Amino acid sequence: MLNSKSIFIKESTLTSADGDQRQFIRTALGGYYKNRDIYQARYRNWELARDAASLAKWSAVNNLAEVLEKFVAKFESNGGKVHWARDAAEARKIILDLVAKANATAVIKSKCMTTEEIHLNDALEKAGFGVVESDLGEFIQQLRGEAPYHFVFPCMHLKREAISELFTKHLGTAPTDSPEELTMIARKHLRKLYITADVGITGANFLVADTGQISITENEGNARLTAAMPRVHIALSGIEKVINTIDDLTVLLPMLATAGAGQPMTCYNTLYAGPKKPGELDGPEEFHLVLLDNARTQILADPEQRDSLHCIRCGACLNVCPIFKNIGGHAYGTTYQGPIGSVITPHLRGLKDWNHLSGASSLCGACTDACPVRIDLHHHLLQNRRNAVKVVPNLFDRVFHGTFNFVIQRPALFSLGGKVFRKTFGLLKHLPLPYLGTWLKSRDLPAIPPKSFREAWKDSKNV
Amino acid sequence: MRVSLFIPCFIDQLTPQVGLATAKVLKKLGQEVEFNSSQTCCGQPSYNSGQWEIAKEGAIRSLEVFKDAEVVVGPSGSCVAMMKKFYPELLHGTKYEAEAKRLSQRTFEFSDFIVSQLKITDVGATLHKKVTYHDGCHALRELRLKEEPRKLLRAVKGLELIETEEAESCCGFGGLFAVKFPMISTAMVEVKAGALARTGADYIVSSDPSCLLQIGGWLSREGKVIRPLHIAELLAMGIDHA
Repeated sequence: MLNSKSIFIKESTLTSADGDQRQFIRTALGGYYKNRDIYQARYRNWELARDAASLAKWSAVNNLAEVLEKFVAKFESNGGKVHWARDAAEARKIILDLVAKANATAVIKSKCMTTEEIHLNDALEKAGFGVVESDLGEFIQQLRGEAPYHFVFPCMHLKREAISELFTKHLGTAPTDSPEELTMIARKHLRKLYITADVGITGANFLVADTGQISITENEGNARLTAAMPRVHIALSGIEKVINTIDDLTVLLPMLATAGAGQPMTCYNTLYAGPKKPGELDGPEEFHLVLLDNARTQILADPEQRDSLHCIRCGACLNVCPIFKNIGGHAYGTTYQGPIGSVITPHLRGLKDWNHLSGASSLCGACTDACPVRIDLHHHLLQNRRNAVKVVPNLFDRVFHGTFNFVIQRPALFSLGGKVFRKTFGLLKHLPLPYLGTWLKSRDLPAIPPKSFREAWKDSKNV
Repeated sequence: MRVSLFIPCFIDQLTPQVGLATAKVLKKLGQEVEFNSSQTCCGQPSYNSGQWEIAKEGAIRSLEVFKDAEVVVGPSGSCVAMMKKFYPELLHGTKYEAEAKRLSQRTFEFSDFIVSQLKITDVGATLHKKVTYHDGCHALRELRLKEEPRKLLRAVKGLELIETEEAESCCGFGGLFAVKFPMISTAMVEVKAGALARTGADYIVSSDPSCLLQIGGWLSREGKVIRPLHIAELLAMGIDHA
């Protein structure tokens, strides 16, 4: 059976060789880089803003139990109901029960990666509840039966023609290559669903402890309709999304937009505080919040990587990652792609099966520099590699590095080994040797010098 | 100053001219240059492979090799980052921690040493060539060296420096990553070296010979005319031409 590593190797080998798709992704990100730089430059000091954003998350994450309790008390006093889920299965069960209790015939959803993490749509469909994604990108991906390609830009890998064909096939609409027309097709289709849906499911970008509100950021207005129109609103959020005060949003909301999407602010930033109160006209009758652990407390217990709970899921690390740009989002096989995905997936799904993602990095550090909340991403990849050595014995690596170390501990042997390598390179290059043979498949080595540096240095001293 | 050369293992065996050029430039700048031939490898390949216990032995060995050095200068941002930044972390909490910090403070990347320690930007070189620069990731993001090599290049008479938007993007080397994930690594160098080749420069210059191994290896395989060149080699060449 294929394991996650061999699937990754196969997929990434295919996608990284697809020059056209690679170029398409680069072009798609071109506008983002330009706008991000413009809006970052509007900050008096972007680095200080990163410090402030990081501190806002740090102070909540490092005091998580207390801040969560404060949030929950306030949220429930606003009329909402909190449900705790230890893992994905518990979260699915809670949500399925709530949907069943609501006698729902139709469910509408806005974009929420945490629902992807717990595979909620599958569970809803298997239980007989139809569910429709209302975010344009997610709607397209749902029609395609495909996971999001990028956790902020779910269908960034698709050309307009592909979307037009998809709509023609599923919605019977006329072909068009106008983005505005494509958007209007989806909007028209979705509008009636908001009205008929009994349950609206959303995520949460931030849980604001001092006001008991949840903050949702979006560009299309679909999340507001999803939360406000149906009788029952269910929000799903990881426990790490909590922040201390509403003031923290003054730095986190603009940074989320600028770092992740190259916008000064996202179009709609809404705070939701409980269900419809007596005498109010709008809003859901019930407002449920499912708070998910799913290995987050395990990350919390790891002082080295605790800062990965700072993540606001902006996607900046994906956008700058040369690995993501070359292999694309689907090759990862994870809910969260890119550097943050490679860091946290081993925690979420097990280091044994997912440590290869930490290996698939040149450790260039572009992600760490881009992260608005200063997660030490690329060094966490190194730590995952170190931790993996303990849980996944790799005999080849042990022997290779053991031998290498034996040689470098002995300068005379190192010198001799180098000499033998150089003298026999003409032969070695034709052999299917590990590493050397792999290198030579796509790259040359420089002309092999007759003398090493140490030999040349010694000679120059003897002249 | 008495400068102890730190010549990474693959420079020693594959590109010795980089080490010789490093010595030549430092001597030209009035430094007393020494080379302790008991040095071998800093241990970074094992460190990056997660084999930290094995890497520690390499690190401890380097502490011994360089314990009497006044300053240690290496022509590789990556290997210098290993000694300067990662040794203290790797040996944190061991009896070697203090010595690792002492070595860290005395170790410098070649261009950093000339610009920030010797306070020299014009080494007295002349070279009528066009070059473009590749920032090695370790030099740029671990050691935070961006302007140091550029100051040296801008001071070379006759030299034209062509900057590109891809200067800071990774070449895809990443040590053993290059051979553990060869397709991804090759895709990365195609993007990187392809963009730099289109500048029409004569040389792709970098302070990191490991990146140049990757970039040069791809350029050679693809038959591109632009050549990789270490900044020490460029300066040494320019000193000869002056």
